[in-house]
Amino acid sequence: MSVRAPRAPRFHPTRLIIYSVMIAFAAFYLLPVYLMLITGMKSFEEVNISRMWDLPSGLRFDSFLAAWQTLKPSFLNSVKMVVPATVLSSLLGSMNGYVLAKWKFRGSDTLFTAILFGMFIPYQSILIPLVLTLQRMGLYGSIPGLILTHVVYGIPITTLIFRNYYAAIPTELLEAAKVDGAGFFGIYRRVILPLSATGFVVVAIWQFTSIWNEFLFGLVITNSPQQRPVTVALQNIAGSQYTMWNVQMAGALLVALPTLLVYILLGRYFLRGLLAGSLKG
Amino acid sequence: MTGKVIEEARPRPGVATRPMTARSRYRLVERLIPILMITPSIIAIAVFVYGFIGWTTVVSVSRWQGIVPDLSFAGFRNYAALLTSYRFQSDIRNTIVFTVFFLIGSLSIGLLLAVLLDSKVRGESFFRTVYLFPMALSFVVTGTVWQWLFTPGAPGQPTGLNLLFEQIGLPVFQTWSTVSHVWPGGGWKPEWLRVPFGVPLAMIPVIIAAIWQMSGFTMAMYLAGLRAIPDELREAARVDGASEWQVFRWITFPLLQPVTLSAVIVLGHISLKIFDLIMTQTGGGPGFATDVPGIFMYETTFKSNKYAEGAAVAIVMLLMVSVLIVPYLIWRLRTETER
Repeated sequence: MSVRAPRAPRFHPTRLIIYSVMIAFAAFYLLPVYLMLITGMKSFEEVNISRMWDLPSGLRFDSFLAAWQTLKPSFLNSVKMVVPATVLSSLLGSMNGYVLAKWKFRGSDTLFTAILFGMFIPYQSILIPLVLTLQRMGLYGSIPGLILTHVVYGIPITTLIFRNYYAAIPTELLEAAKVDGAGFFGIYRRVILPLSATGFVVVAIWQFTSIWNEFLFGLVITNSPQQRPVTVALQNIAGSQYTMWNVQMAGALLVALPTLLVYILLGRYFLRGLLAGSLKG
Repeated sequence: MTGKVIEEARPRPGVATRPMTARSRYRLVERLIPILMITPSIIAIAVFVYGFIGWTTVVSVSRWQGIVPDLSFAGFRNYAALLTSYRFQSDIRNTIVFTVFFLIGSLSIGLLLAVLLDSKVRGESFFRTVYLFPMALSFVVTGTVWQWLFTPGAPGQPTGLNLLFEQIGLPVFQTWSTVSHVWPGGGWKPEWLRVPFGVPLAMIPVIIAAIWQMSGFTMAMYLAGLRAIPDELREAARVDGASEWQVFRWITFPLLQPVTLSAVIVLGHISLKIFDLIMTQTGGGPGFATDVPGIFMYETTFKSNKYAEGAAVAIVMLLMVSVLIVPYLIWRLRTETER
């Protein structure tokens, strides 16, 4: 005999209110997406501001194509920036998390707190020295410069997520490996890494999403349209071509697409990163 | 290599312990390797966070107001100039308005949605996915879309949300995004205050867009908090005759306080340094009605080359965030060490 959770009551006026409120909010969240979709599917002749909420007459992708033509180079820049930055900062975070969770030394918790501070600062407060330093290093205005920046300022959050993740691994496992003769790297390779798959997925998704969506560094560190990431390019369209609102909407959806896909396909891990990032645990 | 060292150092039962020197050397190495492995990160943070903050502070009290760096000491005149500047005063007012309404909105909507989702509804995961998806988007995307939604159009030819309101028969016509009016404005104000008190109407669309993006996040946090409350606790209260409201008010809500604290920290520091969203949605206009320190700093420094002034704005931003974050981090460190 299986014990089942009590079923929701068949009908009750409060149920009706609950569902109405939930559907109303769902409409609120989906409204902009609806607008982006129907706009992108309209032909140029159909794009008319007085009919912006009307459904398109058919499936056309003119606006998407126009937006893609404009955004394509920046889109590729973003890919070239996000992938290495995500990989590097995940690896750094994993090592830092391992040390700070399992090889604590005197002052390591204080050190961790000092590292964490770095993820809260407004980046405006480091921007001037950052630009000067990148110029000195010859990395200003380049994708490697952006990668370096994102890796460095990604250290706090990746360290935090991995540290919390590794803290949940029982210390007995490490002790057992130690007795078997494993040292710092042996334990990392044989105990920690095999248990890290989920941690890496969570951190990689988090970093991918935040770096893809980032705007300030992209805006300040790049000076030429050839190097800028896609968020900066989108803001440029939004700022200048005021009458081309359909291209803006389609462009916004294109920029949103990669992170949206990740969210839809791997939402569970995205949520874990989100909650880890909120300093729980 | 390391395996060998360990082999050597491990004490074996029945065998006389090895000379102390070898062991202590091993222990020293064992303690040093972890520190060595995080040293690159420590140096990076020390330089790129703390060093750069120090550097910005130096710039903020310098005379560097042009393309050529001039780090000679100017005292606090850059800060003093900020306090009396119209733009900076509106920035501070706007930041306070934005933070207060954004926090209230995100927290209450997040809590409401979490409670609804937790009340054994059908399609819970669908609704959860819908509520949370804006979190996956860039503030730039959000700003672009909401800019269009709030473009008012003319009274006879409404656009965006106004057009939608008209089509569904709602007699609403908002012009928030195009007016620099501050509500209520007017009235008495101190001598040094150059901007009107109150809520700039142009801030409303920005706040709505921000809540649209972030309330799903508070929903997720509250939902996780609700799921962590044992059912027995609430069940026991129900058996004792408590109404659903009483259960929520006296059991669920107090147990959610830590979640609220985390949410305030996360949302609060985001709103105090907000930049991307407003830059894209309004660019700070009209007439600085939605301007914030982040935009001021960016434009002053990188458009007008007034580095010292920009650095001063940046340091003020850092102080605002620190007031919120530093006590929290210290408290967190203390509780962690106690455990």
